[in-house]
This record gives sequence, C-alpha cells and structure tokens, in this order.
Amino acid sequence: MFATGLEWAAWAVAVPLVGALLAGLLPRFGPGLGLGFGVLTALAVSGAVRAVWHHGPVRGGLGGWDVPLGIALSLDGLAALMLAMTAVVGLAVSIYALGYLRGAPMRGKFWALWLWLWAAMNALFLSGDVFNLYVTLELVGLAAVALTALSGGAAALTAAMRYLLVSLLGSLAYLMGVALLYGGYGVLDLAALGAAMEPDNVSRLAAALMTVGLLMKTALFPLHVWLPPAHASAPAPVSAVLSALVVKASFYLILRLWLDVFPALTVPGFELFMGGLGAGALLWGSVLALRAARLKQVVAYSTVAQLGYLFLVFPLMAVTPGAWQAVVFFALAHGCAKATVFLAAGSLQQAAGHDRLADLGPVMRAEPMSVFAFAIAGASLVGLPLTGGFIAKWLLVEAALVGEAWGWAGLVLLGGLLAGAYVFRVLGHAFGRGPASPDHRPVPGVMGWSTLALALVSVVLGFAGAASLELLTRHGGRP
Amino acid sequence: MELTPESLYLLGGAILFALGLHALVARRHLVIKVLALNVMGSGVFMVLLALAARGGAEPDPVPHALVLTGIVVAVSATAFALALILRVKAVTGRPYLPDHDGDGPA
Repeated sequence: MFATGLEWAAWAVAVPLVGALLAGLLPRFGPGLGLGFGVLTALAVSGAVRAVWHHGPVRGGLGGWDVPLGIALSLDGLAALMLAMTAVVGLAVSIYALGYLRGAPMRGKFWALWLWLWAAMNALFLSGDVFNLYVTLELVGLAAVALTALSGGAAALTAAMRYLLVSLLGSLAYLMGVALLYGGYGVLDLAALGAAMEPDNVSRLAAALMTVGLLMKTALFPLHVWLPPAHASAPAPVSAVLSALVVKASFYLILRLWLDVFPALTVPGFELFMGGLGAGALLWGSVLALRAARLKQVVAYSTVAQLGYLFLVFPLMAVTPGAWQAVVFFALAHGCAKATVFLAAGSLQQAAGHDRLADLGPVMRAEPMSVFAFAIAGASLVGLPLTGGFIAKWLLVEAALVGEAWGWAGLVLLGGLLAGAYVFRVLGHAFGRGPASPDHRPVPGVMGWSTLALALVSVVLGFAGAASLELLTRHGGRP
Repeated sequence: MELTPESLYLLGGAILFALGLHALVARRHLVIKVLALNVMGSGVFMVLLALAARGGAEPDPVPHALVLTGIVVAVSATAFALALILRVKAVTGRPYLPDHDGDGPA
C-alpha cells in the first residue's frame, strides 16, 4: 500500500480543488484540466474505497492536529460508497460535457465550477464534525447554484436565484442547530456528539432545525418547489449532477446525523411523519411527471418522486434496523440512472433544438443510442430486473416485509408502476410511426457513448448489490 | 428567570433569526431577501457569542472561531447573491422572482 485510507481521503478532496483553481486560472485549458483532474480524483477515490474495504473505517485529524483542534476526516463504508457514486457519475458527466459544451460560451466557467462542486461534495462525505459539514454544505450550495445559472437565460437565472435563497436558508437553519448542539455539549465531532446525546428539548430543537434545513436542500415534498425549474433549465451535464448527486449530498447528511448522532431523539410519530412526506413526494412527483409537457421537466419531477423513496428510511428503520443500507443502495442506483436519463435528454434536446415531448418522436428515431441509454436507465428507475433499481426495490420491499410493514411495501411497488408510466410515456414517442427526422443536428459521438457507458453502470449495479452492502457494514469508527 | 447578559444575547439572537425569516418570506424585493438572510445569520452569530461568554471569566474561543468562519462564508454568499440579482435584473428587467410560484407548467 502506498497510502493510508485517510491520505487517500485527503487526496480525494485536494485533487479536484487544485483542478478547480487551475481551470479557473486557465479557462482555455478547461476541458483538458477537467478530464485530467477528474480521472485523478476517481483514482484517489478508488484508493479510499479499497482502503475501507480491506482495513475498515478510519478517522483522524488533518496535518497532525488531532480532533478537538484539527479538521477531522472520517472515512467509512457509507462515505466510501457516496464517494464512489460521485466519481462514477462525475467521470461520465465530464466526458459527456466535452461534447455538449463544444463551442458553447459557458465552457470557460463550467470546468472550474464543476471541479469545485466535486471537491466540495467529497469534503462533505468525509467531514467528521458538524461545523465543517456546514462549510462544505455552503460550498456545495454555492457551486450548484452557479452551475444552474450558467446558461444565462431568464428561466435559468430565476431558477438559480430561488435555489440560492432556499439553499442559504437551509444552511442557516442547520447552523443554528450546530450552535445549539455546541451550547449543549461543547463538542462538534459527530462521534463525540452521538456518544453524549441526551433526549432533552434543546437537542430536539437543534435536530429539528438541522433536519428541516437539510430537507429544504434535499427538496423533499412539500419543500420541492424550487427543484424542477432549477434542474430542468440547467445545461444537461449540470442537471445530471444536480439530480443525481447534489440532492443526495444533503440526504447523506440527514442519514448520517440520524444514524450516528440523533437516534436517541426520536419521538413517537416522527418516523410515520417522514415516511408520509416521502409517500407524498412519490405520488405528487409522479403525477406531475405524467403531466409535464417537456422532456427535462418529466425527468426533474421524476427526481422529486424518487427522492420520496429515500425518506422511507425512517419508517423502515423503525421496524428493520438494517433498512438504511437498502435505502443507500437505492440512492446509488437512482444516482446512476437519473444522471443517464438527464444526459440522454440533453442529447435529444441538443439534436432537436427543443425538448417539447409531443414533437420529439422523429428526433428520437434518429438518435437510437441516446434512446437506448434512456431505456436502460428508465428500466432501472422503474425497477425492472437486471438493473440496480430492481435490486434496490427488492431490498426495500424485503426490509418492509421483514418488519411486517405491508403498507410501505405496497407503496414501493406502486411507485414503480408510476415510474413505469412516465418512462414509457417518453419512450412511446420513439416507437411512433413516421420517418426519422431528416434535419436534426447529430450529437457528437462522445455524448452518446458516455451516456451509454453510464447506462451500463446501472446494469452492473444489478449484480453489485452484495458488494455494496458488504462495504456498508464497515460503518462508524470512534475517535 | 433572571435576565443575565448572556440570556439577553441568546434571546436577541433568536429574535433576529425570526425577524430575518419573516422578511425573507414576506418581502419580495430580492435585495431585501438577501439582507434578511444576513440578519438571520447575525442572529446565529449572536447565539454563538452568547454561548462563548457562558463559562465565566475566560470566554470559550471555539464559538469565536466558528463566527469568524461563518462571517467569511456569509460575505462570499452575499457577494454571489448580489451578483446574481444584478444578472436577474439585467435579463428580466425586474429585481423580483416571477409570480407563478408552485408546480405545474409555467
């Protein structure tokens, strides 16, 4: 071994950060720097994942400063899996962006912001104390908003503005929670807080503030209104990253807090309330995905719906404690599938010059590779066999059945049916009668191939369930 | 309950947070919304400073460090928000968000 897990973890943050600085200073070399530093980041992440797999979780302070004073990094199976998902989706998006942004005026700014976002997300997954998590949350939020605004149109700018206000409000609610926790316990370290947690009213208030703030950023129904315009009006690589990764970053933090810090604080009815919001998201998001007139809106509302599944973690964990692993695997499968769907939608939009669903049929017949990738990833969203989505839903239903929570099992299946309806509503246009569009703009091959490669990751995930769950058993780690 | 200086600051922080939240929701001009977020942030900082003073003679340095970092974050976020407002105003002609909030086709 060349380096310990902690060193790999530090590289996974430092490498994209250096790349972001260079890409900002030398915008002309953005594509080369973006791809090069993307590959290096993925290598650092694979080192970190291997270290966790072989040697278990690690934690420690950076630069020889130990935890009360230094900046604590914490690398365990959950963090490693999120790093890996970000690296896989990030690499595919970087390659896709080479083609998508060719000749576009926003090209010079995209790479610096995207590498910045990547560094911030990796830092968020690895942070071991609640205040550093606040800083990384803000970094993720600011980079994501700037990327949303990148195309510069009125729709993108107003969507970015609304996203920024929601994001800052969420961060401040979280920070107020951090202040209350420090007031109560005098520590900021996640593990130390978890060990000291007492179910008193100040802690409950802190937990409520932090959770609500993070729910806003995760866009859980009914706090989701900012998401569809932002994700639908951003450039395609950005939509993919926002929908697949950025909302998962704040969800990861909710999960981390409720697994390691707040479990002593649950009150009766809390699980049911969170599960109810998840169910609301699933139904309402699906209905709006079925009604949306534009392709990217369909995909964005599908994200609102699929985020609902993530919050079934609370009712399912109440009956089956290991259910959180099923939900994490679901997040992984959704991340890969949703990024693919947004990339394919971006290719179709660029080929057609618009994304009005009703007029997209001829262009879809002319771009079979993008439609094929869309279909594979769509199958994963629905949960058809041979995909990661199938395994994810299988695990969710299994967790519900073991805990005899029949209602939640039924909801998982109903959500799959609704996803089937909106995925096939899109694909149906490809199978209509009529010629392929003669006057569409063919998209660069690199876009089609990178989308297809990411779609195949969804298939690989259909066979990688056991390995992912094994990685998740390497949890925690004490200071 | 005796009103010590610390609890006065705690209460003041909470009030600032609530006032900022109200303005953020109720006022429509984007610059006022960003100012409201800054007022909320000051509320959080005041709570942290009150907590730092609780221990007696020696103030706890950790909350001070958190406030300093928080100020840096708030300044950069505010600068970015103001730049974005200028772009929104330049493109749409108005420093407001559009009216058709909510779901469904715009």
